[in-house]
Formats: sequence, C-alpha cells, structure tokens
Amino acid sequence: MSLIHLVILSPLLLAIFVPLLHKYFKSIHTGWFVLILPLVLFVYFLSYLGTSMSGNTYLSTMNWIPSMGINFSVYVDGLGLLFALLITGIGSLVVLYSIYYLSKEKEALNTFYVYLLMFMGAMLGVVLSDNLIVLYSFWELTSISSFLLISYWYHREKSRYGALKSMLITVFGGLAMLAGIILLYNMTGTFSVRETIANVDLVTGHELFVPALILFLLGAFTKSAQFPFHIWLPDAMEAPTPVSAYLHSATMVKAGIYLVARMSPVFAGAPEWFWLISVFGIITLFWGSFSAVKQTDLKSILAFSTISQLGLIMTLLGVGSAAVYYDYLSPNVYTVATLAAVFHLINHATFKGSLFMVVGIVDHETGTRDIRKLGGLMNLMPITFTLAIIGCFSMAGLPPFNGFLSKEMFFTGMLRATEIGVWNMDTLGWLFPVLAWVASIFTFIYSMVIVFKTFTGKLQPEKLDKKPHEAPMGMLIPPIVLASLVIIFGFFPNTLKGIIFPTLHSIFPGNFTVEEVDIYFWHGWTPELFMTIGVIGFGTFLYLTLAKWGKIYNWFPQRLTLNKLYDGGLVGLERGSFAFTKFYMTGYIRNYLVMIFGFMAILLAILLTRNGAFNFNLDNTTPVGVYEVVLSLIMVISAITILFTTSRLSAIIALGVVGYSMALFFVLFRAPDLALTQLIVETVSVALFLLCFYHLPDLSKEVSRLKFRLTNFIISVSVGLVVILIGLSVNSSRLFESISSYFEVASYEEAGGKNMVNVILVDFRGLDTLFEIAVLTIAAFGIFAMIKLRLADKKGEVNDEG
Amino acid sequence: MFEFENALEALLTVSLLILSISSLGLVYRVIKGPSIPDRVMALDSIGINLIAITAIISIMLKTDAFLEVILLIGVIAFVGTVAFSKFLQKGEIIEYDRNN
Repeated sequence: MSLIHLVILSPLLLAIFVPLLHKYFKSIHTGWFVLILPLVLFVYFLSYLGTSMSGNTYLSTMNWIPSMGINFSVYVDGLGLLFALLITGIGSLVVLYSIYYLSKEKEALNTFYVYLLMFMGAMLGVVLSDNLIVLYSFWELTSISSFLLISYWYHREKSRYGALKSMLITVFGGLAMLAGIILLYNMTGTFSVRETIANVDLVTGHELFVPALILFLLGAFTKSAQFPFHIWLPDAMEAPTPVSAYLHSATMVKAGIYLVARMSPVFAGAPEWFWLISVFGIITLFWGSFSAVKQTDLKSILAFSTISQLGLIMTLLGVGSAAVYYDYLSPNVYTVATLAAVFHLINHATFKGSLFMVVGIVDHETGTRDIRKLGGLMNLMPITFTLAIIGCFSMAGLPPFNGFLSKEMFFTGMLRATEIGVWNMDTLGWLFPVLAWVASIFTFIYSMVIVFKTFTGKLQPEKLDKKPHEAPMGMLIPPIVLASLVIIFGFFPNTLKGIIFPTLHSIFPGNFTVEEVDIYFWHGWTPELFMTIGVIGFGTFLYLTLAKWGKIYNWFPQRLTLNKLYDGGLVGLERGSFAFTKFYMTGYIRNYLVMIFGFMAILLAILLTRNGAFNFNLDNTTPVGVYEVVLSLIMVISAITILFTTSRLSAIIALGVVGYSMALFFVLFRAPDLALTQLIVETVSVALFLLCFYHLPDLSKEVSRLKFRLTNFIISVSVGLVVILIGLSVNSSRLFESISSYFEVASYEEAGGKNMVNVILVDFRGLDTLFEIAVLTIAAFGIFAMIKLRLADKKGEVNDEG
Repeated sequence: MFEFENALEALLTVSLLILSISSLGLVYRVIKGPSIPDRVMALDSIGINLIAITAIISIMLKTDAFLEVILLIGVIAFVGTVAFSKFLQKGEIIEYDRNN
C-alpha cells in the first residue's frame, strides 16, 4: 500500500468521520471540513503533471485477492490524471458551492457529504484503477452513491423515481460491463488493463471479441447517458444542484467516456467499435440537442445539453478510433478527432459545471427554474448573468470561448470522417457532418434560450416566490473560477497541452507519436469556419422564430417516447411476472403435484430414450410362482378399488388389504422381520386413517367417487409406466455383485448375531437406525405438540381443549 | 404345471390354492360390501386365512422364522376387528373423557 492508495481511499475514510464532525462541530458548516480534502488531492495530483508530461507513468500495486489476479493496482497515466484532476478540482468547487447552497439548519448535511465523498472516492478509483475488477467495484460504487445523492430529498416522489431509474439503468450497464470484463479475462487471462493492451493480439482475433466489445459499450453507454439509455439523466435532475453539477455534468457521466477511451487500445481499429460509438454518439448528439430546445426547466435543458455534448465526445472518440485502423500512418487526420474529444471533455466540464451552478443560483435566489416564469434578471444579478453568457456562448461554440475551439475541431473531425475509405463511409459518411451541423444549430438555440429567456425580457415578480437579488459571494466563486477557466482555455488553449498529449498517449499507446499540434483560433477560411457561421446565422434565425416552429415538438407521439417505453416496460414486467407467478402458483397442492410428477415423468422418459438406457432381459429372473400371481391380483384389485369406491371407509379397508398383502409378499420372499413390522405398521396406520375419517367435518363430507381428470390420468399412468420401465431396466442390467455375501459371513463371525437383518440394522449400519429413531421421536413430539399447543385462534381466544 | 417331490408338497400346494380362492372370495366381499360389518368380517377372515397361508408357506420353505408372524397376525386381526367393531358401535375407538 502506497500513498496513492491512501489518496484514492481518503474520501471514503473521511466519509466515516463526517457524521462525527457534523455532530460535534454543530456551529461550523460540515462542508468546510470536507472542502480541505479535494483541495489537497487536487494539489497532490497536480504534482503528477510533470511526470505525466515527460511521458512517464506511475504504477503501484496493493494485493487484494492475488490468487485470482485481483489486485488494487493504481496506474497513473495521462488519461487517469486528467480525470483525477477534473474530479478533485471540480469536486473542491462543488463542495465550496454546496456550503452556500445547502442550508446548515434545514438539510441533513452529514448524509450529503458522506454520499458525496463516497462518490468522489469511487470516481477516483474508477479512473486510476488498472485492474478491471477493481474498476468495476468502484464503478458500482459510483452508481450507488449517485443513487443516494439523487434521492437526497427522499421525501419527494420524483427524487425517488429518478434515483430508481438511474440505478436500474446504470447497474444494468455495469453488469453488462462485468460480463465484458470476464470475457476479456477469458481471452487474455489477466484483469490488468495494461497487460490486456500488451496482449491485444489475443483479443482481436478471438471469437468473443465482438460480444466483449458490445458488453463494454453497454456499460459505457448507460453510464454516459447515450441514446437510448439517456433517459435517466433528465430525471436525475431532482438531485440538489451541486450534485447535478458534479455528477451529472462533470464526472460520473464521463465515466463511460473514460471507459471508451481506456479500452480504445484494446478494441479500436475494429469496424464494430467505430460504428457503434460514432453512430450512437451522433444520434445522442442530435437527439439531446433537439430535445433540449423544448424543455422549460433550466436543469432539464442542461441535462439534455449534457446528453448531447457527451454524444459529441463519444462520436469524436469513435471517429478517432479510425486512426488505429490506419496504423497511425497519417496520425493527424483522425487523431485530431480524439484530440478534439479530450479537449472538449475538459471544456465541457468547465462550462457545464459553471452553468449548473448558475442555474442553481437562479433557483436559489428566485425560487423557480421555469423559464416561463423567469425573465429580466440581468440588472438584478449582473455577475450571474455574465457567468451564464460565458458558459452558454462557450457551449454554443462562439468565439472567443473554449467551446468555439472544440466545436471547430469537432467539425474538422466530422469532415475528415467522410474521407475514411473503408466501412461504407463513402456512402453514409456525409451523414456525420450534416447531423453534427444540425445538432450544433439546436445547441446554439438552447444556449440562447438559457441566457435570454432567463436574464432578458420583462421581470415577472408576481410569479416568483422570492424577491430576486444577487447571490452571496461564496456561491459565486466556484462558477467564477470555472468561467475564468473557460476564458483562459479559450485564449490560451495550449496551456492544456501538458495534459492533453499524455492523455492522447494513453488512448493511442505504442508507436504513436503526437506531432506538435497547436490549438488556435484562426484556421483560415476553412469549411469549419463557414459551418460555424452557418450555425450562428441559422441559429439566430430559428431562435427568433422559435414561437412559430416550436409547435413541431407537439407533433411527436407522446406514447412512443423512450420514457413511456421505460415506464411501460417496468409496469409490463411487473404485471407480466405477477401474471406468470399467478398462473403457476395457484395455491392448490394438486396443481403443484401435477407439475412435479409431470416434470419427473417427462424428464425420466427423455433420459431413458435419449441415453438408450432401457433394456430388458430375463436372464436373472426367477420363475414366477402361482402364489405371487394370486397375491399380485389381490393387490391390483384392492388398489383399483381404492380408486373407484364411493365410500371412504371402503377405501381405507382396501388400503389395508394392500398393506397386508404386502406383508404376505414379505413372507413369500423370506423376510420375516419385514413382514412383522409391516403388519403392525399397517394396522396402526389403518387405525389412524379411521381416526381421521371420523373427524371429517359434517358439512362438506364428500361421499362421491373421485372425479375423472384427464391430466391426472395421463400423468399417473405415465409416472407408473416410467417407474416400471426404470425398475425393469435396473433389474435387467446388474453391473456388479451385491455386497450381501459379506454380511452373510460377517454377521455371525464379526457381529455375533444370526439374524442378519437385525445385525445390519444395529451393528453394521447402526447410524441409520439411530436417526430413524430420531425421526420417530420427532414425529411423536410433533404430534403431541400439535394436539396440545393450541395458541390463539383468529378471534384471539386461547383454545386449550386438547 | 406343478411337479411335486412328494405327497406332502402336493398337499400343501392344494391347500394353499384353496386358501387363496377363499381369500379371493373374501376380497370380493370386502369390495362388494353391502354393509360395513360385512367388510370388517371379511377382513377378519382374511387375517385368519393369512395365518394359515403363512403357516403353510413356512412349512414349504422349511423355516421356523415366520412363527412370530403367525402369532402377530392373530393378535392384530383380533385387535383390528375389535377396534373396528367399537368404531362401528360408538363412532370412536378410544373414548376420551376427562371427567371419568
């Protein structure tokens, strides 16, 4: 265990102490204690930047389950470090924001910070683990802590609904990913990501390659809210705003992106990887931005915007994977897409984090997030307004903010994607830039909606719960920091080189050498620039005419939305399983017996015929004597009488006849002890039957004969037949001599008894006898208890007549 | 059909046959009925027949291992018949009355 393990686990350790801090330092907001940790961790991870920039990585292993190859090995490379910095950096800002956002008096701060720290530790574990099983464990911990954070206000029904939905979807994906991990392990024999990458030849040719790929992508798509699994993210907006800002914009939803980037060296180069990621990414991009425009709740807009931006990053990663196919021959053509993905990942975390905080401030200071009620806040909240403009313009891809740069690179990547000469890109490739461009127009529209519907226009004080005013400074600092980063990265994008290029090294390991690429504003008169101008032009036009064409959203059939599908699916699943359970769990023992016997007969019959186990030979049989025939006849007749008699008494007597005939058989087959026992037991049980018979209630005393039921008849006949066939086969094929010859000799010589049966019962196999005595004892006590112990009946009266 | 070693065995076989036929007749009575006492009587007689059959079989098998069985059948047939009779007469076998 080295320091870095402690660093990853430190949020979890602090989480243990948070309730104590909350309890004993009541006067101080618990968040102040929590704030220290992410700050320290951020500085700690910054110290790795130098190592990372010089192309070095750091590996440290702590044994967990070494016998199964599961070890807590931490691997710090560019990709992991980038995410660790995002997690701790934005984590500190979110904690600071939450100190001012959450009231000390009204909220349960201890649980909030415990969940948040759990999440932070889990997320650090996800991005820094080299072992896939450890990664999966932390992955599920992020799902669980996210579930807890979404349902933080658990008394609200919508919070619980959103939490359940996100839990179901992300855990579904997580389990799929676990299956993918196991498949990978089958191929390579290791859980380590680095060793898997080193043995990538084992994976690519393997028949399980595509299933593993799909399972991994399921995990990534559900976590990163890709179409059609994006539906949980808008409902997760019921969480407190700091949670939305942290989990659902900057960190957790990027875990899927991280996974795709991390597994790129394993899977990239395959057409399935390219197609699935880019196609689902571009659909998500388009659908997310298209749906965002119709939302009226600010956080919903941001949620759909997050979905669409994640789709954007995903598409770029997909297109970038083409570089592996070309074996890095012309690196700058496709790697620029991956470069754009990483760059936009950072940009998105900055502006989306600040936008969520802005929305939180608006909500906090006005009491609503509904854009139909908001307006004219510009003069009242100038700082918030400035922050919103910076965030939204960056999101829309306008210069001079960092969103412009990544949008330009995105267009470059999309345009290059059409030039890929393989995988049908020559016929379908044109869809990529077109969809990307249309989606960017919608992105522009909703970004403008956030700014102008909230901050300009007429103030409607009568619709607001509170009198709006500027937020306290502490609440403004985190979004100010993020917005300054938006501007800094916008003007000086090359400051990020130190983190972006090591990340690209992680995504494209091996012989790939990154050429020095400068990210700059002015590309010259490129198609990308014209596309951006087109986005702004069309976007402005469509924003101004939004009231006219906005009605098209009402045309979409509400029944066919994915949420309806999800809800209907859940209800259908519940109803279906209920109906299914009701269908076979009838509560009648006769139905269960039909199932048990039917299953037994069918299974045994299939086994008999399949294995050809039935054989029949008469070599070992003794000749049948006339006594046996007569006795069998008697038994058969009595047995049939039991079935067809109208009176229960006759049935009991006929059963007695069967029993006594059985005793006679024992006599015939030379088993005196059995005959004795059988006689007594039969007598006693007949007497017991008579006892039961007498106590039958008068009212429903049924004296009719058994009803004929075809199912029962078929099953009883088939069970009888199958058992007879098995008996015959067993008797016809004797595999080895029985051991009874030993008992014949030994019962007198070794045990000193002449009665062989009794010697076996009490000497050779006395243990069986002991426990049969126990059975009888238990039965006796049970009967005694059932008769004596009459506890309260339904009316509550104690009935002790027994 | 049958080959006998001596006259004794022939005799035993014949008597066993007769007993079997008699038992079959009794079984018919058990099934047919018409009243419960008929059935009980038939069952009792089957028990007695069983004693005889067991005895003859044990002679044929040349063993004395079944003598207990014979005694037991006797006891059980008696106890069973008495129990049945009591049941038919009083409706229960063991009268359970705490007041006595």
